[in-house]
Amino acid sequence: MNVGLEHYLVVSALLFALGLLGVITRRNLLVLYMSLELMLNSANLALVSFSRFNDNLNGQVMVFFIITVAAAEVAVGLALIVALYRKRQTAHVEDLTSMKL
Amino acid sequence: MVTDILFYVFAIATLVFGALVVANPFSRNPVTSAMFLVLTIISMAGLFVLLHAFFLAAVQVLVYAGAVMVLFLFVIMLLDLKEEEQRKIKKTGLVAGLVSVGAIVAIFIRSLLASEPSRGLGDPQLEGSTFALGKLLFTDYLLPFEIVSLLLLVAMVGVILLSKKDLK
Repeated sequence: MNVGLEHYLVVSALLFALGLLGVITRRNLLVLYMSLELMLNSANLALVSFSRFNDNLNGQVMVFFIITVAAAEVAVGLALIVALYRKRQTAHVEDLTSMKL
Repeated sequence: MVTDILFYVFAIATLVFGALVVANPFSRNPVTSAMFLVLTIISMAGLFVLLHAFFLAAVQVLVYAGAVMVLFLFVIMLLDLKEEEQRKIKKTGLVAGLVSVGAIVAIFIRSLLASEPSRGLGDPQLEGSTFALGKLLFTDYLLPFEIVSLLLLVAMVGVILLSKKDLK
């Protein structure tokens, strides 16, 4: 059976679902963040496969921007987690129920 | 034919490692999750190579598996997360997660089944080489490129401000 666009999209959808499952069930902030990365990566895979099957490089440029923004997002998010941990001594979602530090 | 087999190898590797990031039956340690995320990203870079996106495959390994995951590991080591092992996953959260994930997968599968099957992969007209992508990036996408550089500067300043000891 020839591998077509659907095969890549199925992989991308399943990876997105896995990331979503992680975000909903896991309670550790860092694992939650890794699941978010998984979801971003599944979007990247979908964009690259669209770009390949439409003979158009715009999708790949989009992925390039997504990777850049994701790197910036990880830097800021991890800095926030470290700042939060300094105040509260926890990185667990259930211990972080009030907005006030 | 070889590319088809390679696709299945990389796709199964990506999904299995991705599942191990989210729910590892042997260890709840965040370091294990981070390591499996590195493996997921590397097998995804293999998929990118199969899609002729060579530059992005290299960037994926360098930026994600290199820089971002090192940052993750730094923070995991910085925060002492021993107690994570004893926590239990809540039943309600698990049920809600499985239901919503099942719903989303159902939507994806339905829309895929409704679409017409695409033609097989022909010879690539465009290669995702550094030359082609760079040319596009510095002509059509010059403004977004500059804005992204500004975004990186803002992120850098923000991180430095956040990591100061006395956060005001």
